[in-house]
Amino acid sequence: MIPASFEYKRARSVKAAIELLADGNAKVLSGGHSLVPALKLRLNQPEMLVDIARIASLKGIKVSGKELVIGSTTTHQEIASSDIVKEHLSILAEGAGAIGDVQVRNKGTLGGSLAHADPSADWPALVLVSNAKVVLEGSGGERTLNAADFFTGFFSTALASDEIITEIRFPIPAKGTKSTYQKFVQPASRFALVGCAAMREPSGETRVAFSGVADAAFRDTGIENAISGKTLTAENINHAVSDTAKGQDIMSDHYASEEYRVHLAKVFAKRALMALA
Amino acid sequence: MGVKINVTVNGKAYSHDVEPRTLLVHYLRDTLLLTGTHVGCDTSSCGACTIHVDGIAAKSCTMLAVQADDCEITTIEGMAKGSDMHPLQEGFKECHGLQCGFCTPGMIMSSADLLSKNPNPTEDEIRHALEGNFCRCTGYHNIVRAVQYAAEKMAVEV
Ligand SMILES: Cc1cc2nc3c(=O)[nH]c(=O)nc-3n(C[C@H](O)[C@H](O)[C@H](O)COP(=O)(O)OP(=O)(O)OC[C@H]3O[C@@H](n4cnc5c(N)ncnc54)[C@H](O)[C@@H]3O)c2cc1C
Ligand code: FES
Ligand code: FES
Repeated sequence: MIPASFEYKRARSVKAAIELLADGNAKVLSGGHSLVPALKLRLNQPEMLVDIARIASLKGIKVSGKELVIGSTTTHQEIASSDIVKEHLSILAEGAGAIGDVQVRNKGTLGGSLAHADPSADWPALVLVSNAKVVLEGSGGERTLNAADFFTGFFSTALASDEIITEIRFPIPAKGTKSTYQKFVQPASRFALVGCAAMREPSGETRVAFSGVADAAFRDTGIENAISGKTLTAENINHAVSDTAKGQDIMSDHYASEEYRVHLAKVFAKRALMALA
Repeated sequence: MGVKINVTVNGKAYSHDVEPRTLLVHYLRDTLLLTGTHVGCDTSSCGACTIHVDGIAAKSCTMLAVQADDCEITTIEGMAKGSDMHPLQEGFKECHGLQCGFCTPGMIMSSADLLSKNPNPTEDEIRHALEGNFCRCTGYHNIVRAVQYAAEKMAVEV
């Protein structure tokens, strides 16, 4: 399968990329592991691709103050194998290591995954559970959004057409915070049929986020409110997950019915909370 | 229309004008005539098109040739040293790691990526490392043995 024709420009800086994007029907290219398949299927036919993969300032992992800052073009593999990530926010390494397969992790990037906002992708649940901030830059300047405000629905985000994600800022959790990412893999695509990310701070505050279940990744505030501050006993956990994904627009497709997805979500929420106990 | 790319493939430098929409696998097969890299699914799933770009395994059906500009590429044709097979090639032969052979170039390139990072993998690590490569013939057991054979041989050679 061959994509339709397009022009290709490699941007050398964020500023240059934004200028190229202002110019009509152009699309950002990062790792290409969602965009190239879409171009091949001609689901997407932009006039120009602006390749940002080699802009040095967009790549890398560092600690800045109380935050772990990851550049948008950092690959899943770089995150999964990073000692800094493992030390400060190991759930990100765990989740990134569960994406697709080795070759996909070698090319795909954090920023690309967030911009694509596939409801079955792993990153959205991970940035939601860790209360991350997404930093965007466009012709109007820079803005920083809470992960929860960045995702706006099925494959949609708050990104404007001339904006790029530059970095993701993750608050470093308090010492003693526990976390886990539990994924039920759709065996053909390797995306999450259900992905449950959970974090519990020493104070007992607990956050739970899902991918794969609804039309967009979401924080399950029902579970969070029911279990935060309570001991993680089997009884409390069972009670907390009884209304998993309540009020969400649950997906249904030929891989999993709505009923089966909700069932799996409950099972995986339970496993996640047990793992934090 | 064309964009100029410079690539080094199996140690040899090339320079070509390519259409931006040219997939890397087609550039390798149709322009450089390196047909050892196969197209299986053409949908990023099977791994038959796996090559190394700057030393890491990538699916060449899911990359544009322009994305490989200034990169060092290794394909299956670059694995043997003259008439000496790479230990992985030898392992696949000795352990019956192939039947039709269609998946084999990709399997070997993914296995080489694994062994470069982890020279002494467990069986479980080998199976995980090959999650992106499908084989419709062998049932995988002999592929795992082939990788173990190569790991042992390479450990002795070092
Ligand atoms: C076989 C296969 C299996 C996969 N399995 C999984 C899986 O299990 N879990 C999972 O989560 N994902 C999976 N993926 C998707 C993979 O993680 C992609 O790499 C990721 O979704 C997109 O990142 P990218 O860098 O490749 O983005 P690209 O494909 O380059 O871009 C994707 C979209 O985001 C836009 N974009 C990219 N970067 C930016 C930026 N910095 N700012 C603004 N817009 C941007 C592009 O314009 C495009 O619209 C899989 C992909 C494949 C091919
Ligand atoms: S041909 Fe590239 S992954 Fe199947
Ligand atoms: S040997 Fe036939 S597909 Fe693997």
